[in-house]
Amino acid sequence: MTTANSSLRSRSRYVAYLVPVAAVVVALLIGAIMLLLLDASPIEGFREMIKGAFGSADALTSTALKATPLLFVGVGITIAFRANVINIGGEGQMVAGGLLGTTVALVLPDWPAVIMLPAVLIAGMVGGAIWGAIPGALKAYYGVNEILSTIMLNVVAVQLMNYLLRGPLIDPGEIERGTRIPQTERLQEGADLPLLFGSGRLHIGPFIAVAVAVAAYILLWRTPIGYRVRAVGQSTDAAQYAGIPVKRTIVLAMTLAGAMGGLAGAVLVFGSESHRMVTDGSTAGFTGSAGFNGIVAALFGGLHPLWTIPASFLFGGLLVGGNALQRAVQVPTPLVLALNGIVVVFVVATDRYRRLLRERASQAETAAQLASQAESNDDGAGEAAGGGVPPPIPPPPGSPPPKDEATP
Amino acid sequence: MSDFFTEAILIATFASGVRLAVPLLLASLGETFGQRSGVLNLGVDGIMLLGAFGGYYTVLKTGNVWYGLIAGIGIGVLFGLLSALISVTLLAEQGISGIGVYLFGLGMSDLLFLKLVGTPTPISKFPKLDIPGLSDIPWLGGMFFQHSVIVYLAFALVPLSTFVINRTTFGMRIRSVGENPEAADSLGVSVAGVRWATVTIGGTLAGVAGATLAIDLGIFQQNLTNAQGFIAIALVYFGAWRPIGVMLGSLLYGFVNALVLQLKTLEVIPPDLSNFAAMAPAIITILALVIVARRFRQPTALTKPFTRGT
Repeated sequence: MTTANSSLRSRSRYVAYLVPVAAVVVALLIGAIMLLLLDASPIEGFREMIKGAFGSADALTSTALKATPLLFVGVGITIAFRANVINIGGEGQMVAGGLLGTTVALVLPDWPAVIMLPAVLIAGMVGGAIWGAIPGALKAYYGVNEILSTIMLNVVAVQLMNYLLRGPLIDPGEIERGTRIPQTERLQEGADLPLLFGSGRLHIGPFIAVAVAVAAYILLWRTPIGYRVRAVGQSTDAAQYAGIPVKRTIVLAMTLAGAMGGLAGAVLVFGSESHRMVTDGSTAGFTGSAGFNGIVAALFGGLHPLWTIPASFLFGGLLVGGNALQRAVQVPTPLVLALNGIVVVFVVATDRYRRLLRERASQAETAAQLASQAESNDDGAGEAAGGGVPPPIPPPPGSPPPKDEATP
Repeated sequence: MSDFFTEAILIATFASGVRLAVPLLLASLGETFGQRSGVLNLGVDGIMLLGAFGGYYTVLKTGNVWYGLIAGIGIGVLFGLLSALISVTLLAEQGISGIGVYLFGLGMSDLLFLKLVGTPTPISKFPKLDIPGLSDIPWLGGMFFQHSVIVYLAFALVPLSTFVINRTTFGMRIRSVGENPEAADSLGVSVAGVRWATVTIGGTLAGVAGATLAIDLGIFQQNLTNAQGFIAIALVYFGAWRPIGVMLGSLLYGFVNALVLQLKTLEVIPPDLSNFAAMAPAIITILALVIVARRFRQPTALTKPFTRGT
């Protein structure tokens, strides 16, 4: 019995890790068919893709830089998701953070980097936090669906960006020259993210992101705040009964998620090669859709801040590689966006199956433990859920409670 | 400012509001079916964009607007079925999988346009149909009864949808599956079957909405819908999950958009502030959601995937 369960357990776990990889592979196969239809060679395309993402130090730098906003947003998504709030507002939160950080950099005098850099990054976090707190409060206190409110706030943010960068924040030089490109002047040097290893491009952004992911892990699993967030995510009723301020916790989770998005936006501005904030009129022109793709990176990482680190790096590589592929086989740029969409669909569509497999594995584990504890009392599967063994993954919203499949 | 209050301009603004409401109305009516059965399909905007390109391209090649509409239907059915597969059978997180469909639609429609068309070429539009008698009524005739055929068809779907949802067995099943899937399942209703049907209806109408938008404007361009698909989803909440409410919401949006366009043309709104005008629909939506969320209850099982035995 015990042996059978543990082999089932390891097999389920093993398959669970393979599911998202398989999803990406199938999505890329569809991409290959699309390339064939576009008269381009998929083999050459995918070779260029891997080379462009991981093939050289320069490629790895690009991938790390692309992964940075994904990781920030992904960590934020993880925090919100743990409280059972779906934050689709990463795009708007990034824009809000970028805008507030930029404004602070423009307004403050020329201070040294030691003060300036933290100031603009914190301003970015505050901007994003505001953009996250609004839908959080609307959900907690008015019952407004957060998916819709965050999408609408994305629209508001992009219009605000277009207004500010064409008006109050525009580079005075653009008006003198009459070119009127919607961008700020070169922001003060004290706010530049320091470069590393003399590479000319790699700045400290990726390392801040990793540090933030570790901090989020500690927050979620080692502090009372994290405990509250996870309790609210598991069951608002139970959390309420335990005396946890549910509404405030929901607002807090969304505020933290927004702050992560805001930080991503600020890092994009102050780590950019032009050291300006620029708009092409669309949100994606600034964010590169990281507000959406960060969600996928978080799912890819099993909604765990630490696993989101490699997941973001791989997903960043996929995006950088997609651009390399597009250039190499000379297909129009929107192909990358279409492929991106397919990957999102496949990863999300298989996510539930993966979680089911993992639950099954942990249930088998619990059943095995119970079986060894009390050989005679073998019908204890139902008690397993409340039996003091915490499930390693909190159940996602709406997922089946873990009691039916203890003996599959 | 005084220019705005001439009779002709007022009637024209009203009429264009009705016209602009149509794609929103079609998409949100479709989404109503899905949401009443408990499925939030967030991919509407992506399906609309694909339907818009399909409709545009078909009309460009055949010169027949009705073939364009049929192309929109076909694309809508296909992506409705795919959305059903993802959210009903594979039980995907509905709030996120739809974003994937949206990104795919946004990229794919643009890619196909660049590859197959390249330069923006105008196409023929829907024929106008003045309703005999009614179109001669002063004021009202100009506002409501001098439109293209598709406008009347879209509004005819409102009573039809109300009837289907409230008065037919299928409608009763939709409502039961959206409110209490476990009970519906125990009574022998196929929860998955009903949801496949409603999500496919939603996809179909989203495809039609896109095709209508493209053929009504006579052009296609990148991101033609400009997030109208997302507004359409919010309109379902706004309309409290009832076709009549959804229609009123769509009309309100159409009018706001028409008014903003008119005020821009008359330069009442200076170009500097046009970004704030573009924010208006989103802010109105958020405020409307606050009001609606306090008064109406959403279908209990909305966004909750159903698996038997839970």
